[in-house]
Amino acid sequence: MTRQVDVLVVGAGPAGLTAAARLAASGAGRVEVLDREQRAGGVPRHCAHGGFGSWRDPLTGPAYARRLVETALSAGAVVRTGVTALDWAGPLALNTVGPAGPETVEARAIILATGARERPRAARLVPGTRPAGVYTTGELQQAVHLFGQRIGTRAVIVGAEPVSYRAADTVRASGAEVVALVTEAERAQVSLVRAQDARLRRRVPLLTGTAVAELLGHGRLSGVRVRRRDGRTAELACDTVVFTGDFVPENELARRGGLSVDAGTTSRPGVFAAGGLTHPGESAATAARSGARAAAAVMRPSGAARDAAAVRRP
Amino acid sequence: MTVTTHGPLPSASYDVIVIGAGVVGSAIARQLARHPGLRTAVVEAQDDVGQGSSKANTAILHTGFDAVPGSLEARLVREGAGRLAAYAAESGIPVEPVGALLVAWDEEQLAALPRLAEKAERNDYKEARLLGRADLYAREPHLGPGALGALHVPGESIICPWTTTLAYATQAVRHGVDLHLNCRVRKVSQGLLSTDRGPLRTRWVINAAGLHADTLDRDLGHHDFTVTPRRGQLIVFDKFARALVRHILLPVPTALGKGVLVAPTVYGNVLLGPTAEDLDDKRATQSTADGLTRLRELGRRILPGLLDEEATAVYAGLRAATEYDDYRITAHPEQAYLAVGGIRSTGLTASLAIAEYVVGQLRANGLESGPSRELEPVRMPNLGEAFPRPYQRPDLIAADPEYGTLVCHCERVSRGEIRDALASTVPPGSLDGLRRRTRARGGRCQGFYCGAAVRQLFEEARG
Ligand SMILES: Cc1cc2nc3c(=O)[nH]c(=O)nc-3n(C[C@H](O)[C@H](O)[C@H](O)COP(=O)(O)OP(=O)(O)OC[C@H]3O[C@@H](n4cnc5c(N)ncnc54)[C@H](O)[C@@H]3O)c2cc1C
Ligand SMILES: Cc1cc2nc3c(=O)[nH]c(=O)nc-3n(C[C@H](O)[C@H](O)[C@H](O)COP(=O)(O)OP(=O)(O)OC[C@H]3O[C@@H](n4cnc5c(N)ncnc54)[C@H](O)[C@@H]3O)c2cc1C
Repeated sequence: MTRQVDVLVVGAGPAGLTAAARLAASGAGRVEVLDREQRAGGVPRHCAHGGFGSWRDPLTGPAYARRLVETALSAGAVVRTGVTALDWAGPLALNTVGPAGPETVEARAIILATGARERPRAARLVPGTRPAGVYTTGELQQAVHLFGQRIGTRAVIVGAEPVSYRAADTVRASGAEVVALVTEAERAQVSLVRAQDARLRRRVPLLTGTAVAELLGHGRLSGVRVRRRDGRTAELACDTVVFTGDFVPENELARRGGLSVDAGTTSRPGVFAAGGLTHPGESAATAARSGARAAAAVMRPSGAARDAAAVRRP
Repeated sequence: MTVTTHGPLPSASYDVIVIGAGVVGSAIARQLARHPGLRTAVVEAQDDVGQGSSKANTAILHTGFDAVPGSLEARLVREGAGRLAAYAAESGIPVEPVGALLVAWDEEQLAALPRLAEKAERNDYKEARLLGRADLYAREPHLGPGALGALHVPGESIICPWTTTLAYATQAVRHGVDLHLNCRVRKVSQGLLSTDRGPLRTRWVINAAGLHADTLDRDLGHHDFTVTPRRGQLIVFDKFARALVRHILLPVPTALGKGVLVAPTVYGNVLLGPTAEDLDDKRATQSTADGLTRLRELGRRILPGLLDEEATAVYAGLRAATEYDDYRITAHPEQAYLAVGGIRSTGLTASLAIAEYVVGQLRANGLESGPSRELEPVRMPNLGEAFPRPYQRPDLIAADPEYGTLVCHCERVSRGEIRDALASTVPPGSLDGLRRRTRARGGRCQGFYCGAAVRQLFEEARG
């Protein structure tokens, strides 16, 4: 079955929802956002802390996610969750699947806003055993904040970026102890205040110039071996390790289409890209702004949906 | 149908107990299940079937073209390959007959190819053909520069090793075999096993303990073979790499083994490995920085584009190598005991033939097996990309929308499949077991998106 819309947005995170809200509000016709998760909102859904929204209207991640969804809906966009865009059915058409079965959706313009994720342990080629207790921040946040799952008792955090400190917060919120933050960089990649707060008030050691060389333990993680730049190694006992940051684009659809993705556009006319997909690792606010820019690009004369409101389909 | 994971064990004596639920032990159990008059059990130290070497191999259904001609291994691999291909088709185990190319990278290797072709003939494999340079590159356009020619072995296939072991175990259990998990055999003597979960009595003992087969063999007073674990590390590359390779790309074999290969998997990934490292430690299933560096160097030469893709997984398996260049399958009728040792690098392929051979040996040595029956076929969930997966089947989704509700997005695993696996005859004992049954969490994000949701489903089902 093939259905037609004016603009199809893949991904209901900050970028996709912001783009959809703008487009729907500017009369782009039927604007539909698909998300494969059961709930819209993207990554902020599980960032159970502040720092989202604006300085005048500060929000937690989940509240920000809800706000984005409400804004898109009230502008007239359609948000469909539990629906995965699988592959291309044509230059401006995607095959999707959900509980209602397969469907092909054709559009005058498509925005890819599929986000970014953290590079997991295997892709970092960290040697060792394959025990339980190995996380990324994304999985950790969902485990603790969405599902209330128990993690271990002692966690090593790999990385010292903002997301790494968020991971440390989540570890503590779950009742576990942070053994150390470990980074190959020379210093923490966050504000001095944040780094000193962690080090002094929370007594979390920060090991700079240090790499995780091996994971240890059968069944459950028993420790990580770390290596300093001078070659010295040490073993940190822990039952949990969180690989944070090192963001990679979630670009399966773009690659399946053979599309190269640039800031805002792609190599195919009528297909646009926004958010973490184009700039992995940036903030939610940056992703939202890039969604707004993609919406503007769609509405420009060269964009496909400009006169969509006038040209109604049968 | 009995699978136990804890608690007391039956006190009544079994007729046959198989120690070890790897692909070999499970195949033997399935073969014994044909005899309804036999009371059979499999005891396994770990929390699931197939957790030893059987879960961590290169997943190739070999033709046996390069086996030692005249050896038991050569015969059982040849027979087993045909049996397993037929069984896979009947049971829904994914197999892809992609064929192999033994690629020669220097004059010496090129000169070795005709000898390998002759060896294949002596192993009763007649389809191997020499390919020139141009033909080779036409078949594998992404191959690195410098290859001189190849031997094409069209019969080599790729298979899902997890589903294979699980299918055997499932069929055995459904036909009355008891499976006792978390049940390590600490000591074995004639007719009596002492296990972590208490004693078990039996008439016959079959030792299919893989890496630990020599230890149990010694318990019964034999010094027939010594297992030296030979580690093989492998890197699994992202599915984006699948388009780079069409065949299994084998090196020309050396004395140390089959060497490092590049092969597609039935799940749509590409494998690079294995290393071959002789060790003492039978638990040394960790990967090492040196091993991974070496694999990447070799991989870059074979298929340069491969290294541009991300690794989805890294793992290592241990081959149960012995001092012999063949399997060691020995019956000791005076002790009602049979040892299946040294099933090193071809056991997946040979499993059904090993099982038939073993049960034949038991009967020849006095096991009264009673009448036999045909087994009801099993139909396993499909994990392979060459066959429709549930999310691709409108009929299935229409009948049950849970098959259209995806949980693991990288591998496109539906909630329906996870539910089915959790309620199956031999349910998973861990999230890793669930992954081997469904592929959930086995993709490129390694659980970033779905890990917590999958764990939730697992924990809900276990109560
Ligand atoms: C663990 C973590 C913590 C973070 N913490 C902060 C923070 O504290 N503050 C901050 O400002 N930023 C934070 N960020 C960054 C911020 O979350 C991202 O910049 C932002 O979410 C990117 O928005 P997006 O819309 O591009 O992508 P996402 O939020 O990732 O949304 C993409 C959506 O696309 C959907 N999708 C993907 N592929 C498909 C498909 N084929 N079919 C259907 N749907 C699909 C996904 O389900 C997802 O919902 C964090 C990021 C991570 C990973
Ligand atoms: C790197 C590598 C690549 C390979 N590639 C291929 C290939 O491409 N094709 C192919 O056909 N073969 C291949 N093989 C070989 C194949 O994997 C093995 O031959 C096969 O898995 C052996 O099966 P098994 O049942 O004998 O051993 P295992 O799978 O190791 O099973 C033995 C079982 O016994 C249990 N056990 C041990 N001791 C006890 C005890 N005391 N009490 C209770 N239980 C016990 C263990 O827990 C284990 O589950 C490869 C092997 C490796 C390591």
